[in-house]
Amino acid sequence: MSMTAKERMAISRQHMPEREPMERNRDFREVNLGFSVALAQLEANRCLQCKDRKCVSGCPVGIDIPGFLEKVSAGDLRGAAELLLSANALPGITGRVCPQEEQCEQVCIRGKKGEPVAVGHLERFVADWARENLDMKQLIGSPTGFRVAVVGSGPAGLTCAGELARKGHNVTVFEALHQPGGVLTYGIPEFRLPNKIIDGEVDRLRQMGVKIICNVVIGRTFTIDELLTEEGFDAMFIANGAGLPIFMNIPGENLKGVYSANEYLTRSNLMRAYDFPDFDTPIIRAERVVVIGGGNVAMDAVRTAKRLGAKEATLVYRRSRNEMPARAEEVKHAEEEGIIFKFLTNPVRYLGTEDGWIRGVECQQMELGEPDESGRRRPVPVKGSEFVIECDVAIPAIGTRANPLLTSTTPDLKTNKWGYIEVDESGATSKPGVYAGGDITRGSATVILAMGDGKKAARSIDQYLQGKTPKTAKR
Amino acid sequence: MFKILDAKQLASDVKWFRIRAPLVAKHRQPGQFVILRLHETGERIPLTMANADRNEGTIELIVKAIGKTTRELCKKEAGDSIADVMGPLGHPTEIMRVDHAVLVGGGVGTAVIYPLASALQAVGCFVSSITGGRTKELVVLEDELRKVSNVVYATTDDGSYGFKGTVADKLRELMADKRRPIGVVYAAGPVPMMRAVCELTRSAEIKTIVSLNPIMIDGTGMCGGCRVTVGDKTKYACVDGPEFDGHLVNFAELSDRLTTYRKQEQISLERAEHAGHQCRLNEAAKASR
Ligand SMILES: Cc1cc2nc3c(=O)[nH]c(=O)nc-3n(C[C@H](O)[C@H](O)[C@H](O)COP(=O)(O)OP(=O)(O)OC[C@H]3O[C@@H](n4cnc5c(N)ncnc54)[C@H](O)[C@@H]3O)c2cc1C
Ligand SMILES: Cc1cc2nc3c(=O)[nH]c(=O)nc-3n(C[C@H](O)[C@H](O)[C@H](O)COP(=O)(O)OP(=O)(O)OC[C@H]3O[C@@H](n4cnc5c(N)ncnc54)[C@H](O)[C@@H]3O)c2cc1C
Ligand code: SF4
Ligand code: SF4
Ligand code: FES
Repeated sequence: MSMTAKERMAISRQHMPEREPMERNRDFREVNLGFSVALAQLEANRCLQCKDRKCVSGCPVGIDIPGFLEKVSAGDLRGAAELLLSANALPGITGRVCPQEEQCEQVCIRGKKGEPVAVGHLERFVADWARENLDMKQLIGSPTGFRVAVVGSGPAGLTCAGELARKGHNVTVFEALHQPGGVLTYGIPEFRLPNKIIDGEVDRLRQMGVKIICNVVIGRTFTIDELLTEEGFDAMFIANGAGLPIFMNIPGENLKGVYSANEYLTRSNLMRAYDFPDFDTPIIRAERVVVIGGGNVAMDAVRTAKRLGAKEATLVYRRSRNEMPARAEEVKHAEEEGIIFKFLTNPVRYLGTEDGWIRGVECQQMELGEPDESGRRRPVPVKGSEFVIECDVAIPAIGTRANPLLTSTTPDLKTNKWGYIEVDESGATSKPGVYAGGDITRGSATVILAMGDGKKAARSIDQYLQGKTPKTAKR
Repeated sequence: MFKILDAKQLASDVKWFRIRAPLVAKHRQPGQFVILRLHETGERIPLTMANADRNEGTIELIVKAIGKTTRELCKKEAGDSIADVMGPLGHPTEIMRVDHAVLVGGGVGTAVIYPLASALQAVGCFVSSITGGRTKELVVLEDELRKVSNVVYATTDDGSYGFKGTVADKLRELMADKRRPIGVVYAAGPVPMMRAVCELTRSAEIKTIVSLNPIMIDGTGMCGGCRVTVGDKTKYACVDGPEFDGHLVNFAELSDRLTTYRKQEQISLERAEHAGHQCRLNEAAKASR
């Protein structure tokens, strides 16, 4: 029984249940609890099933949003899941980490007056239902005999591998670390994205015949050229992420207790240092932690610090709250969890003790001046405003740059002046048969954009292979 | 899983392993290392490959038992397995063609310089190797070094074996011998030892390459935890090194950063020893039943 637009408009946005802030900020279990079936249906009913489907154009992978929402309202969760999975291989992940408020939800018609439909929460709901209830054995194409190598098992690599396997290609993913998932595994904490969700996705790929080989560093264990010649791969997708952490080049950066966000999060998430000494990797559990930056990475680091027992976990950001690039939900959650925010503040140096430990961050007050190239107002220091925030751990989270490990061993792979791999619209690099996507082509971007690149490259690789003979068949 | 094919005790707390790791063995060059993780709850630690055989698909490691992970590894025997072995990592050693090359290894640092000896001999260098330890039991790999060096000097701080003094004292002697001027020194071992060697060679302007050993995690340049200061620039030892021009290294910072987890290392070690103790007690209890 279909509802009228008026009835739909009368429903207000449903709140997804989440754990109590002061309980959740002490452990690493997931903050969000997810919709019940009833709440999900109620929320899905808010969708007006618009003709011009603005939301779909806001989604980088073009999910049929009104389509799957309609199936949720009708209680057809299987149908909703199948529709969702046909456009997005990892909905359980994007439903949790997409910056929805800047994408699908930003352009949702219902957001014009009041609040947009909670597309992200509903995507998460359907994906979780599917993981529990749907036999995920996907339709795998009949074997083509082509072998494709994928470098890196982050969202770009996993998506590309899945799409290629569906087309019947024989896919091998090479991952440098001991566990697949890229940033999803080593960077984004369990309390936002539990590892079991990533494990589930990886298992599904394995069931589809994708081989995932860990502990292989392309550029060292194999070069790209070797994979294409000796190892007989017919094509390749490079998705090794961005990687190298940026430090600010200010005094005191190598004091003990100064971590890059990558190191801090890797210790905690990948190595499970929060369970030290049951797990062997240590991490400093400090009383006072200062994190520098305003993005998702900074937010994850400061909330991790709180969970590791910090009494004062402070986030220092040189612009104001409005300019913070982090997801809105993370900022809200961080505030609820007792994170201290210091806006318009910029570190100038780290202060150390005699025995080489950090004891504080000297900061400068900033004010917003004229807009810069990005359109955001440029922060400028206020003279004589220096002050010190005392701390035992400081974590700069101000971005990453391209990792040269792979590109430096493949000189004919064209990179731009920042070291990112250059690709055309199809995802092709300067090397025939070699495609690339994700952070290594974009600089730090988002999970969904990386996945979009993986999907696009899979299509291009499939086209590239049409009419060719598999190398292994020639032998 | 990576299988241990052979294991042999070289000294009371130093053990040699041959491990099946064909992909790593294939490209390994002298000076490169692996990062391994023993099991699901283990940490990732870097270890230099003392050797590799690409036909056999094996690599060799020489490990000194100093903390939780290295002690646990040194309890392993042929037939046991290691969860993860990743590599080869780091730049290979730059093998310099000079008339006289001196290798200086302190303690398990000897394992790091050992593979360089044959590589240097192969390009025609006269190779002198100095291997030292505080006392006789801590001098390792002397016999192995003899096979690949022209001369080997063993040193002990307490004079219980070989030359009485530090490896740096022996190096000073060799530097004084004008008949065989030194073209390059390669040094690996505890930070104070490498520092002492560099102080000596600096004034004599002898090129000195050191192999640095900061704490590492990923080994791919992603975390920045292994950063060291070389010539006032921050370098990541795992991808820019591990070998650097010793005269440019900030050793004070390196040795300080190595103490970051001293407290936690102690906790890990005590827990492991305690567990081992419990284990033996249980076994004893079982045996007596
Ligand atoms: C802490 C943190 C939080 C974030 N939060 C969000 C968020 O909430 N929402 C969002 O949309 N985005 C977020 N991002 C950004 C997002 O995670 C990235 O844009 C995305 O993961 C990029 O995907 P990728 O597949 O290109 O690379 P990555 O996820 O970086 O994966 C690359 C993989 O390649 C491996 N690799 C590297 N070099 C080699 C080599 N030589 N050989 C073999 N393997 C190699 C790496 O080990 C890694 O596993 C966050 C990033 C971080 C760091
Ligand atoms: C590139 C590289 C190559 C190496 N090659 C070898 C090798 O061939 N054989 C070998 O036995 N060891 C080697 N090491 C050192 C080895 O990685 C450490 O001994 C090991 O990580 C210690 O782990 P643990 O848990 O046993 O001890 P921990 O409990 O972590 O440490 C115990 C003590 O060792 C010090 N320590 C911690 N990490 C290191 C480190 N990375 N280097 C030196 N001291 C450290 C600590 O300050 C502490 O005093 C190498 C290190 C690097 C970076
Ligand atoms: S993938 Fe991201 S942008 Fe697309 S519908 Fe889902 S949450 Fe929205
Ligand atoms: S724009 Fe909003 S209301 Fe319209 S179809 Fe999309 S989700 Fe539904
Ligand atoms: S070990 Fe992480 S960057 Fe070197």
